[in-house]
Amino acid sequence: MTTIRLTIDGAARQIEAADPDMPLLYALRGQMALKGPKFGCGLSQCGACTVIVDGVAMRSCVTPVSAVEGMTVRTLDGLAEDGRPHPVQAAFIAEEAAQCGYCINGWIMTAVAGLEDNPERSDADIRQMLTGLKCRCGTHMAILRAVRRAADEMAG
Amino acid sequence: MSSTVTLDRRTLLKGGGALVFTLAGGGVTILALSPAQAAAAPAPRALAPTALDTWLAVSEDGAVTAFFGKMDMGQGVDTAIAQVVAEELDVAVERVAVVMGDTSLTPNQGGASGSSGCRLGANPLRNAAAEARRVFLARAAGHLGQPVEALSVSDGRVFVTAEPARAVSYGEMIAQGFETALDWNEQYGNGLMVTGKAKPKSPLAYSVVGAPVPRKDVPGKIMATMEYCHHVTLPGMLHGRGVRPPVANAVPVAVDEGSIAHIPGAKVVRKGDYVAVVAEDEWNAIKGAEALKVTWSETAPPFPGHEHLHDHIRRAEKTADNSVANFGKYVAYDAAPALAAIEGAATRLEAEYELPFQSHARMAPSIGLADVRADGATIWSDTQKSHNQRDGLAKLLGMEPEKVRVVWKPGPGSYGRSDADEAAFEAALLSQELGRPVRVQWMRHEGHGWDPKAPAAVISCQAGLDEAGRLTGWYYRAKGFSGWEVMFNASDPRDTLVGQLTGREPGKGQNFGVPGESYDFPNAVKFWETIAPLQERASPLRCAHMRAPQEPQLHFASESFIDEVAAAAGADPIAFRLQYLTDAREIAVLEEVRRLAKWRTRPSPALRKAGKLVGRGVSLNSGFGAYVATVCEVEVDEETGRIWPRRLFVAHDCGVVINPRSLRTTIEGNVIQGLSRTLFEEVTFDDKAVTSTDWLGYPILDVMDAPESIEIATINRVEEPAGGAGEPAHVTIPAAVANAVFDATGIRLRRLPLTPDRVKAELV
Repeated sequence: MTTIRLTIDGAARQIEAADPDMPLLYALRGQMALKGPKFGCGLSQCGACTVIVDGVAMRSCVTPVSAVEGMTVRTLDGLAEDGRPHPVQAAFIAEEAAQCGYCINGWIMTAVAGLEDNPERSDADIRQMLTGLKCRCGTHMAILRAVRRAADEMAG
Repeated sequence: MSSTVTLDRRTLLKGGGALVFTLAGGGVTILALSPAQAAAAPAPRALAPTALDTWLAVSEDGAVTAFFGKMDMGQGVDTAIAQVVAEELDVAVERVAVVMGDTSLTPNQGGASGSSGCRLGANPLRNAAAEARRVFLARAAGHLGQPVEALSVSDGRVFVTAEPARAVSYGEMIAQGFETALDWNEQYGNGLMVTGKAKPKSPLAYSVVGAPVPRKDVPGKIMATMEYCHHVTLPGMLHGRGVRPPVANAVPVAVDEGSIAHIPGAKVVRKGDYVAVVAEDEWNAIKGAEALKVTWSETAPPFPGHEHLHDHIRRAEKTADNSVANFGKYVAYDAAPALAAIEGAATRLEAEYELPFQSHARMAPSIGLADVRADGATIWSDTQKSHNQRDGLAKLLGMEPEKVRVVWKPGPGSYGRSDADEAAFEAALLSQELGRPVRVQWMRHEGHGWDPKAPAAVISCQAGLDEAGRLTGWYYRAKGFSGWEVMFNASDPRDTLVGQLTGREPGKGQNFGVPGESYDFPNAVKFWETIAPLQERASPLRCAHMRAPQEPQLHFASESFIDEVAAAAGADPIAFRLQYLTDAREIAVLEEVRRLAKWRTRPSPALRKAGKLVGRGVSLNSGFGAYVATVCEVEVDEETGRIWPRRLFVAHDCGVVINPRSLRTTIEGNVIQGLSRTLFEEVTFDDKAVTSTDWLGYPILDVMDAPESIEIATINRVEEPAGGAGEPAHVTIPAAVANAVFDATGIRLRRLPLTPDRVKAELV
């Protein structure tokens, strides 16, 4: 059994893993019982599992749990502060940018990492930032409206 | 560690209609689950459609719960139902909670099916809510000593119109129950209807229906507080993963259990030709299923390979046509008069359209959790049709349906008979076998590789034109795999992979379809033919309904061919269609989209200018009580062959609009998924197996290819009943894009998807 110490959504945590190669996603979903990161492909192709590790959006379905020792992980579950949605979450709610919502974790977490790094984004930059993420319901237009709104909000 | 939902109805009602969540903090220790969940056994309560409290519950604090026997797939149907109930009851929409799909809590309204959530599903609830209001008003008349005519209602509070301070609330009058019966049409499923003595409101008086009420589900999805089926856990639960053969028709001959001995707790379960690995730990179950050594039977590879698919369809003997029962209707046809009229025409046109197999390719592959005990079973599933699934599970388990409960939970969007039911059946089988709760989640290669597919087809069209450019005859033949190889619900385990692997013979359902617009073509014949499946049993290419079943395929051909005929006649594509349309609502949407897109009347193709290849195309569809015309503007890149559907315009009439905001996003979803199926989606396979088993092999539309804009004009026909919106716009997309490509380039693409290499091959 390996013990991995890390910070998840602002709190010190320990993950107990029999297999250090187990993807981080299974610890987040299982042991940590988080609802944000989701299993979509296990292949780093869809983004449903995205979390932010030390400021960078990463696909937790292919990130070995042992690789995040000592790191800071942010998840959709912990984005809100004192019950207030993150500006990206607020924008997604305002634009109703979710249909089934299963993929939406990936879009939000990718947008949070990208916009916190630099909120000054053209529409073309926003598409570039989000490329590769999958949405089967076809929520793309509402998602683009939401990320535009969030970028404008965060850029002040 | 986990969120738990207590599901017995009494708790629901005590909780004021809201689902009761028990949340515990996430630490490093796995905490025990709430005992309430373990007790979530089938409620012994009958759900008689004639009982008003089958449909509605009002608590003493005035909260309202509506029990809806369908479910939302992400378009906001539950919010629409809340609006309908709030409207008729005269309560604030925020007070109305909607419980969906649980077989022990909701009546069988047929599940998510045929864009019927509002079109059919809302009607019994509307009548039930109107009847409840009538009962409350009658009671209030007694309480307040005034005739009903002298009373008004506002947010569940009945008051004397002339003296608003004299009032009594619904909550104060509910203790004795409703004490009234509804008339029921004795049907279950989509057709279930009940009526009370009360007459529902006139649509002209609506204030909540028609308002852009925020969707109830969205904040929970964005804030990661909503519980999907994937989040449900049970004490003592095992994780299961199936093992699939490398050649699609191979069956296991021997299983080497020693090959997974090194994985803690991993155990093989074999039942008939179904092989799975279970483990206490999810990751170990995954590793076990990957590592397990199975000796598979040597078989002749079953498939022609996708490049030879359409030749196979052309050559294949037909097994049925539309003179067999199609939803109970026999439609005889005779092609001879049409062919004779075309034969003698001044101009004759002929075209063949090729449609691939397509995958539902859901965001998450199938999920199911089962707790099967000797005296009953509970299954958590994101199925589209929980009541049907319950019947199928009962057959699988050898139990009475009353002993089986399906608890519907949200999952990834589902647009037809996807893989949604599969894991539930596997979990049930494993749980019965092992005597413990089992959770099965498919892997990505199963979701793409083994889900039921939208049927491939070859559609042949012929038409004749006289010297004046008028049609003389119209011939339309769709030939493809039956969309009912797997039926549209899971009421029989033979319609699941695991059911077939454990010895059940597949059904023989035969269905394809023809387009249904009102074109009054002379000497017209439209018919379909089905052919035998490529593999009889447990096939990864078994076909089933996928969003507007077969209609995207059918309309790609019919609405492309009308364009071809219009071009041959030198006519504007919209003007040509209008000459033959007879339905006023079809005409209206076509005229509306012409206005919206600022369409210039001229024939296609466009006169080619220097620079970008740009063009516009139109397409029409009606069905599910809705009428849709779409214009697509494309840019075609001569160098790369890429088609960019830059701007879309949709004119949409689905009768009375319940929620304009949700309608808009629903139409956008129809369009985007339609663009994806048009431009990118094709199941590939070699002789042995499906080869498009992930998102690289089966790409869907990326945000880089999303349109610049989708403009929507909805025609809100307040006095027409609500039609469907989940499918009708989707159907228009393939032909609108192909017609735009023709307008831009003069090349006619007749094979989906319209990939860059196919464009380049034609652009010489």
